[in-house]
Amino acid sequence: MKRFLIPLALFVVLAVFLGIGLNRDPREVPSPLVGKPAPAFTLPQLDSATPFSPKDMAGKVWLFNVWASWCVSCRQEHPILVDFAKTRLAPLIGLDYKDKNDEARAWLQRYGNPYDFSVVDADGRVGIDYGVYGVPETYVIDKAGTIRFKQIGPVTPEVMQNKIVPLIKELQK
Amino acid sequence: MKILWASVLALATFTAQANQAAPLAEDPVVEQRLVHIAEELRCLVCQNESLAGSRADLALDLKREIRQLIKQGKTDQEVRDFLVMRYGDYVLYRPPVKPTTWLLWGGPFVLLAAGLAGLIVFLRKRRPAEAALSPEDQRRAEALLNDEGQNKPLPKGDS
Repeated sequence: MKRFLIPLALFVVLAVFLGIGLNRDPREVPSPLVGKPAPAFTLPQLDSATPFSPKDMAGKVWLFNVWASWCVSCRQEHPILVDFAKTRLAPLIGLDYKDKNDEARAWLQRYGNPYDFSVVDADGRVGIDYGVYGVPETYVIDKAGTIRFKQIGPVTPEVMQNKIVPLIKELQK
Repeated sequence: MKILWASVLALATFTAQANQAAPLAEDPVVEQRLVHIAEELRCLVCQNESLAGSRADLALDLKREIRQLIKQGKTDQEVRDFLVMRYGDYVLYRPPVKPTTWLLWGGPFVLLAAGLAGLIVFLRKRRPAEAALSPEDQRRAEALLNDEGQNKPLPKGDS
């Protein structure tokens, strides 16, 4: 009896590890930026020439969402962002990543514009500073300008309700 | 008409080739270092490909950044740090040795040591059991060896 127990235990351990491995999403790369200051930049806005820097948001908790008109899964999260914008819980600023301005404007007109404003990252440099590798990505940035949360891929209703909204409320205290 | 099409196609292939070749021709020393660094970096979009081998949009952008860092005179390590700061250790195909990766680096050796220890214990346990023949068995074994090839009936032991 005992001689079967050891291989069985080994098998169970191995199966558990493989099971965990299978259920993890390899696309979710943990970001080293969480807990670090949001990288500085100055970019023009999509609808006006006024430049924007993250330091302009000092003292506010805000949401920074990377999007593009060519990005298919941005359409998936878009209604959730529109709903979020209606609650006026926190400013939502877009980073229009490697996009054409006229296409971006047309896209916002078609699907609705939840952003306070969007800034234009035409060559994707700011995206690289923010570790963007799959649009859409969403950051929660606190009053001190520190990144507190990063969502890679579309924001789902669950992530919005269970993570982002409670985190914003917590940080606004 | 045909000639027109042929010339259009010829021109198209020519410009396409010219586009691909342009970055290589730019500065061979920079390109060589770029390839050397990028071969050990993971492309984040197509994760089983190195940055050097990838033609994904982000990979091209990152190579453009690396090219610029090289031209600014950064060392290989500084270029790697630039990417690790943004994308984490995940971009490195050769993860750094630090507390969270000790198991990764040391694990195989721990397993090897455990396996060797297990083997030694197993062999030590087995040897005395096999060597210990009772005097009776010893006698039978000698008889068998002496009788070899003579086709005599085997002596019967009272086991």
